[in-house]
Amino acid sequence: MASVTNPQRPNRLLAFYAAFFVIFLYFPVFLIMIFSFNDGVYVSFPLTGVTLDWYVDLLNREPLKQAFWNSLKVASAACVLSTILAIPAAIALSRPRIFGKKAVFGLVFLPLILPGLVLGIALLTLVTWLGLKLSLVTVTIGHVAICLPFAISVLLPRLEGGNLALTEASADLGEGPWWTFWRVTFPTIRLGILASLLATFSVSFDEFYMAFFLSGTDSTLPMYIWNQLRFPSELPPLLALATLVLVVSSVLVFISLRLARIGLPVRTGGIR
Amino acid sequence: MTNTDLYRSRFGRLKALTGVARQRGVWRTYVLLAPAVCLMIATVMFPLISVVVMSTWSVSGYEIVKVSSLANYIEIASEPMYRVLTLRSLSVATLATLMTVLLCYPVAYYLAFHVRRHKSLWLVAMTLPFWTSYLLRIFAWKVILGYEGLLNSALLGLGLVDEPVKALLYSKTAVTFVLAHSWAAFVVMPIYLSLEKIDRSYLETAADLGDGPLRRFWRITLPLSLPGIAAAFFMMFVPTLCDYITPAMVGGPDAMMIGNLIQAMEGPMHNHPGGAALTVVMMLTIGLSGLVFVAVSRLVRR
Repeated sequence: MASVTNPQRPNRLLAFYAAFFVIFLYFPVFLIMIFSFNDGVYVSFPLTGVTLDWYVDLLNREPLKQAFWNSLKVASAACVLSTILAIPAAIALSRPRIFGKKAVFGLVFLPLILPGLVLGIALLTLVTWLGLKLSLVTVTIGHVAICLPFAISVLLPRLEGGNLALTEASADLGEGPWWTFWRVTFPTIRLGILASLLATFSVSFDEFYMAFFLSGTDSTLPMYIWNQLRFPSELPPLLALATLVLVVSSVLVFISLRLARIGLPVRTGGIR
Repeated sequence: MTNTDLYRSRFGRLKALTGVARQRGVWRTYVLLAPAVCLMIATVMFPLISVVVMSTWSVSGYEIVKVSSLANYIEIASEPMYRVLTLRSLSVATLATLMTVLLCYPVAYYLAFHVRRHKSLWLVAMTLPFWTSYLLRIFAWKVILGYEGLLNSALLGLGLVDEPVKALLYSKTAVTFVLAHSWAAFVVMPIYLSLEKIDRSYLETAADLGDGPLRRFWRITLPLSLPGIAAAFFMMFVPTLCDYITPAMVGGPDAMMIGNLIQAMEGPMHNHPGGAALTVVMMLTIGLSGLVFVAVSRLVRR
């Protein structure tokens, strides 16, 4: 592509606005992080001093540990399952001209469009109807459904490039579908799989609606936070917890977003 | 010309040969799709159908009475509370979405037309909040806007007010504002993508023909980015309409939305059929506003 010549000159006002926008986007989270190190019991200005007490406080809370492990279990299972289910689906969807492609797309991306509340209630209704017990298993099932579109959308761009020609060449040369997958397709989507695992893990770990309706008595980390919000005295430790969760999931997603783009062709406009 | 024709005919014959082999591969494509499609049918389609069925049942004590009737819907239609909450949800979601689209458009425009260096970094900065916990982002606002929160303590400390301002939290304005902030990352992307796709040569041609920047924007950029605006609007409108975290955290009783009622019915009130009926009504509302939206955007495009 020829480089795009821009008829518009640099716009200071617009640049200033965009910078302000990004700062404002992160401003609340930034304040939370600062106040998680404040040693006052009340979360209010002025800042009184620096402490790590709230972080230490988190370490000896049994319910929190339980909720953390629950979230870890659910997120691990959900990210592996959704990625495994997404790989064949993404391979199929990357092939051109398959009958009913639009319908399948619509179905698979439905959890992205449906509000969390509707999906959570829908699954809860089915579970109640079938008389099943609410547990971490039901939460995991809900999370796999939510994570699937994310996993597919991460994997699809990797497969849409030259993969089809390569797999056809491999098939023409007499390789079976399994060998073709392991020797041609898998190496091209390896980074995509990693990116998908990280992204879906983070989606599941932070997910609230499904956990709210489907977790029963086993609470996940977001449920624990929600339940603690009722107690004003719990606010400073919660800020510490929120800081940890936000930092960890931001790092995971950041890595995932970078991984997902490595080696992809540069699109017009130069998104890398 | 003749060369390519020759190539084409040979290639065509080759294609016909391999076509037989490819036909066999077609069913494989559907086998590959089967697990994902089955999962979606089991975890999305069946549950949605079960909501519709459940909405016709009723509840007595903790037991669900499996006798179909329209009683739940008649109650929703006759009780004014449901109408008030639905209308409030619609107005809050519409206002918040309009505000967000207006505020995000210049940023998307800046990203698409002015950012050359570190573009991927800008894009990651814009999308990162969307991936992190929604609950915690709303929680941050609760900490800031609360009665004894950061904003009030800062205002007091600076001597701008004498006592904490109550209006900051627990109002419809707070809900609208917090919704606009927490969905901003979601709205920038679709608008950016539609702006990015615009062929720059249109703008150059318009400039050569003597159109000024405002005229170019009005006649080329804006109309061509309408699909992105529409996508962004709908992508934010639907989930905000159904939100209950934000009203629960920063709303207070006067800003309760339809989502809070559904959540209460499904949770503490143990009225699954009632909650299901209200969910169906909400989905119909979404569908209806979708139709209105399509009609309006057709009118605008004309």
